[in-house]
Amino acid sequence: MRGPGRWAVLASMTVAALVMVFPFALVALNAVKTPEEYASEGPLGLPGGLYLQGIVDFWNRVDFGEKLWNSLLISGSVAVLAVVLSVLNAYALGIGRVRGRLSILVLFLVANTLPQEALAYPLYYLAKEAGLYDTRLSMIIIFTVIQAAFGTYLLSAVLGQFPKEILEAAEIDGAGRFRALVRVVVPISRPTISVLMIFFFIWTWNEFFLPLIFLISNDNQTVPVALGVLQGERYMDATMSSASALLGIVPAVAFFLIFQRTLTRGITVGAVK
Amino acid sequence: MRVRKKGYWLYLVPSLVLFLAVIVVPFLMNLGVSFTRWSGVGTPRWVGLENYARLLEDERFWLSFQNNVALIFAMAIVPTVLGLVLAAALFDYIGRRFGPRTASALRAMYYLPQVLPVAVAGVVWGWMLHPSYGAVNQAFGLELDWLGDPDLALATVMAVMVWFQLGYPVVIFMAGLQRVDPAYYEAAELDGASWWRKVWHITIPQIRPEIFVVLLTCTIAALKVFGPIFVLTRGGPGNATLVPSYFSYLNFFQKSNVGYGSAIATVLALIIVVVTFLFLRVQERES
Repeated sequence: MRGPGRWAVLASMTVAALVMVFPFALVALNAVKTPEEYASEGPLGLPGGLYLQGIVDFWNRVDFGEKLWNSLLISGSVAVLAVVLSVLNAYALGIGRVRGRLSILVLFLVANTLPQEALAYPLYYLAKEAGLYDTRLSMIIIFTVIQAAFGTYLLSAVLGQFPKEILEAAEIDGAGRFRALVRVVVPISRPTISVLMIFFFIWTWNEFFLPLIFLISNDNQTVPVALGVLQGERYMDATMSSASALLGIVPAVAFFLIFQRTLTRGITVGAVK
Repeated sequence: MRVRKKGYWLYLVPSLVLFLAVIVVPFLMNLGVSFTRWSGVGTPRWVGLENYARLLEDERFWLSFQNNVALIFAMAIVPTVLGLVLAAALFDYIGRRFGPRTASALRAMYYLPQVLPVAVAGVVWGWMLHPSYGAVNQAFGLELDWLGDPDLALATVMAVMVWFQLGYPVVIFMAGLQRVDPAYYEAAELDGASWWRKVWHITIPQIRPEIFVVLLTCTIAALKVFGPIFVLTRGGPGNATLVPSYFSYLNFFQKSNVGYGSAIATVLALIIVVVTFLFLRVQERES
């Protein structure tokens, strides 16, 4: 195709892309409008100026800083702890090749596909018995295990390819097994480990079902839970709704921009796993 | 010299303990409870297969799976097909004629919805589709109750999910296309093959593994879908957008039918495991 044809293809691809990002633009546009502007001009009119009171009001009303901190605390802890567990497991399975390795891997894989619905009520019941219900710690423990199930599966395959010569050299130098793991295996596998850590962080940040069940008090809620529960509340007028949507979008897009390079590499890693 | 093999299992101990407590025991408890009648307090009463028998007769249960099939269509099939067309167009048309920068800028735009927590995507669309002040009605001069009309609600949720999912296959397929030898396309062009024929005969066979992965992961995601339903419709209006995960949630936490909810969750888990197994079998046979 030449001449006008190729521009038609570009134009239709661009239109499709604009449709995809249109909601983002619209949310941003309306989050900075006054309620009067929204009432008179509607959602499509341009704002007269930068009106940030709607965002500030919503922020204070739900104590959004606290929600951000809860999400950050839970996701950050899970990312670190789940990577530690994945590395320990993968060391035993991928390099140590312990007996029954294959069945253990299958177990982790099945655990990874199980719907959380099939664990939710017993977890809720057990957490209540243990005094962990409605604590951020309960979410950290549960998601550490769930994410580590996937991490073990992926990292075992990677460490299965780990060059034996390096391990032998470490052993000749008198390095114990734990020392070899910390000083040799982890530094060499750093690229995969950092991709895993970012994935765990974002996946945990995005979780909704279990946090909705476990974190019922306002003080413990994560960003998605707080926003999801407030949706449809009576006091949520049009501008406040768009302010709340914007506050949900900003951290997610920020993580994407920060981690973009590692992520695009990682998405491919995940796909060929 | 060989590396000593003994003692590695020690490294599995912390995970196995946690795994037992967080996954194995709760899963078995869920299975056990599914054979009882239990409100969540007091002692569960054994009823054998009664919950499962009741499921088979329950219209809402069948309806929830019917809606689930619709969501598999919206979250797995449609994004895969559209994703193939978009990825192929970006890769061998836009990328080659307008430069890789244009292609990756467009790709980033298609991917953007994927970075959102799915609950936040629901909040965005809940606002855009609001019957009185929503942007969609205003933009098109309509007065539709997108999420409140029983005839429209499921289709609306499906459309939102297509928007949400589309970026994932586009990115995965474009990554897969990097592997494809450009010589195939050049040869096909010399033979005068049309663009569609090239997609069908070169692109699709070459990235078959990626297509499998996308279909599998998106189908599982559709079977588990909860967040958007909770935020957008809570399964309503009526039961128009009821899905199994939300149906089990309702039984667990609102109706205190814990035994029945457990039976729904068990069936859902079983379906997901079977679907995964079937996919992996087909994939194995293909390669």
